[in-house]
Amino acid sequence: MVESELGQTPVASNEPEQTREPWNDPDAVPYIQLENLSKRFGNFTAVDNITLDIYKSELFCLLGGSGCGKSTLLRMLAGFEAASEGRILLDGVDMADIPPYERPVNMMFQSYALFPHMTVQGNIAFGLKQEGMPRPEMDRRVSDMLELVKLGDYAKRKPHQLSGGQRQRVALARALVKRPKLLLLDEPLGALDKKLRENTQFELMTLQEELDITFVVVTHDQEEAMTLSSRIGVMDQGRIVQVGSPNEIYEHPSSRLVANFIGSVNLFEGNVVEDEADHVRIQSAEAGCMLYIDHGVNQIVEGSRVSVAVRPEKIKISRDRPEQQDNVTTGVIEEVAYMGSLSIYRIRLPSGVMVQATQPNLDRDTRQFTWDDEVYLSWNPYSALVLTT
Amino acid sequence: MRMGYTPLGQGLVRLFEPVMPTALGNSVARLLRAAGVTGRNAVIAVPLLWLLLFFLIPFVIVLKISFAEYATAIPPYTDLIQWGDDALMSIKLNFGNYLYLVEDDLYVAAYLNSARIALVSTVMCLLIGYPMAYAIARSSPANRNILLMLVILPFWTSFLLRVYAWMGILKNNGIINNLLMGMGIIDEPIVMMQTDFAVYLGIIYSYLPFMILPLYANLEKLDVNLLEAAADLGCKPFKAFLLITLPLSLPGIIAGSMLVFIPAVGEFVIPSLLGGPDTLMIGRVLWDEFFNNRDWPVASAVAIAMLVFLVIPIMLFQHYQNRQGQS
Repeated sequence: MVESELGQTPVASNEPEQTREPWNDPDAVPYIQLENLSKRFGNFTAVDNITLDIYKSELFCLLGGSGCGKSTLLRMLAGFEAASEGRILLDGVDMADIPPYERPVNMMFQSYALFPHMTVQGNIAFGLKQEGMPRPEMDRRVSDMLELVKLGDYAKRKPHQLSGGQRQRVALARALVKRPKLLLLDEPLGALDKKLRENTQFELMTLQEELDITFVVVTHDQEEAMTLSSRIGVMDQGRIVQVGSPNEIYEHPSSRLVANFIGSVNLFEGNVVEDEADHVRIQSAEAGCMLYIDHGVNQIVEGSRVSVAVRPEKIKISRDRPEQQDNVTTGVIEEVAYMGSLSIYRIRLPSGVMVQATQPNLDRDTRQFTWDDEVYLSWNPYSALVLTT
Repeated sequence: MRMGYTPLGQGLVRLFEPVMPTALGNSVARLLRAAGVTGRNAVIAVPLLWLLLFFLIPFVIVLKISFAEYATAIPPYTDLIQWGDDALMSIKLNFGNYLYLVEDDLYVAAYLNSARIALVSTVMCLLIGYPMAYAIARSSPANRNILLMLVILPFWTSFLLRVYAWMGILKNNGIINNLLMGMGIIDEPIVMMQTDFAVYLGIIYSYLPFMILPLYANLEKLDVNLLEAAADLGCKPFKAFLLITLPLSLPGIIAGSMLVFIPAVGEFVIPSLLGGPDTLMIGRVLWDEFFNNRDWPVASAVAIAMLVFLVIPIMLFQHYQNRQGQS
């Protein structure tokens, strides 16, 4: 039930990005361009005709479940997999014939892939040695990097003498020390425990801003994607189904799939009874009420079936009937989960549909609602979203 | 134990009923424990007894004989322990056999030659076996089993038969010479039998699987991500092999080399069957000393000296393994 906390995060992390959004600027030149990129393994299409622009200094997250093609896409950017079709341009250069060891791209592996027979220092210096960098400069760069990831005291240790979090930082340092044009991170926080993951998330963001390197992160963890990214590309079955800022993805998912994948959502099926420019009315037997949404749905035939998405935190629970005609229904509380800062309620509607709603616990020692309470559920016309796909 | 419905089932239940909780069982266990016999000791005792009986005791006998003197008797050596007239026991150790080994050039030359042949064979096995092990480790899982099978397949045939087969291939009117002469490439046979070449060939052929298998076991575990990481950091494939694969496969290289070098030094069958009269190897010298000269004490001294000679690389190996274990 972690998803439900996400209501607050996207807004907070998105604030600095609002000043610079190159993807909304028609004159901005993309740094990485994927053009009709496909990758097939035999009959299986891992990456299916992806066209995507990523801009300089972005922290772009590829988000999706396992087997959605996100890791294959990352490996194609690194040069470990050749494209079946389409091409990758990095800073205007076609990467097709450039082998991994000549690409200005570095990758942080999910397993970290630290060289077990080398010290921390040796691991970080490895990439610079391959460039033939003179010793004094190499030493300086390595010690700067060790300082940056706070591993100065561990330079002489071998990877197996480090904790998981320290290994993760060595892997990051090793990938960053060559100052790549593009840094690829494969589930960078996947192997860390929750507390460490939260701290590391912020460290990663600070580092990215400091070094001004373009990051492409692959993750299946929607919370990680939400906190880290400037933009998220949600992937499913080899395609990118939606690209947008965390806020856009959360508040304006383009499809049921995205809405379900990011956070939790209540979906009500219903028939459109009225579709105007500024509002739409949907009759939903599942919800047990008329749904009124203050945005029109273009190109939809009245009477057709649509889904209405309402996030749990946008639903108000009350004992008395609220003063509104639409978007009000009743139900019985079946489950209560106390999470500390908030409580999650699962409410059964007369139609049998379960609805999830979260309420912040604003006061101490008060439990407003409990099992078997009959309550009213309501939300504002601007809180719900019509999904046609 | 829910089978007590039939007579057979009841019998089985009774059979499997724990014995220990009974009074008799308890007292037996207490007695055994008092005598220092626990389950763990009993398990270790079996291999310990085996090694004692078939390794340590024969070794002590050989050691004993090596300090004796040759005698025309059965067995053909003097007893170390002698009883004087005054019923005093005296032990007479004869170091002459060992001195003889150092004084006579034959033995030193045989040891050095054995070491050289074993070393060259080990290096050759490594050079041939490493690429094979690497290829097997990198092949698809289905092919991997077939390839491993092919490596192990020769063991189905007796080692001795395989060496004899090489004689048939290498001799002057053997397969190779007949083929080459039949094709008109050579006029007279190339002498291959009874040369050092044949000995090397035989040893490398026979011991190659012992190099491949430990190397394969090691290389198969190598994380492919490490090589990708090296490539990602700007390292070309061959350099990545030298910097990553090779150092990480060192334990496999050492294990394989030990498995080839140690038996190759003492090898007797291959030099006797494939080698010529001047292929001097310590195993043959040992055989000659024992069966032709019937000088058991010198033969024993040769064997003990060889053991000491081989213990050094084994101890080096142990040392290396311990260091690996610690880190």
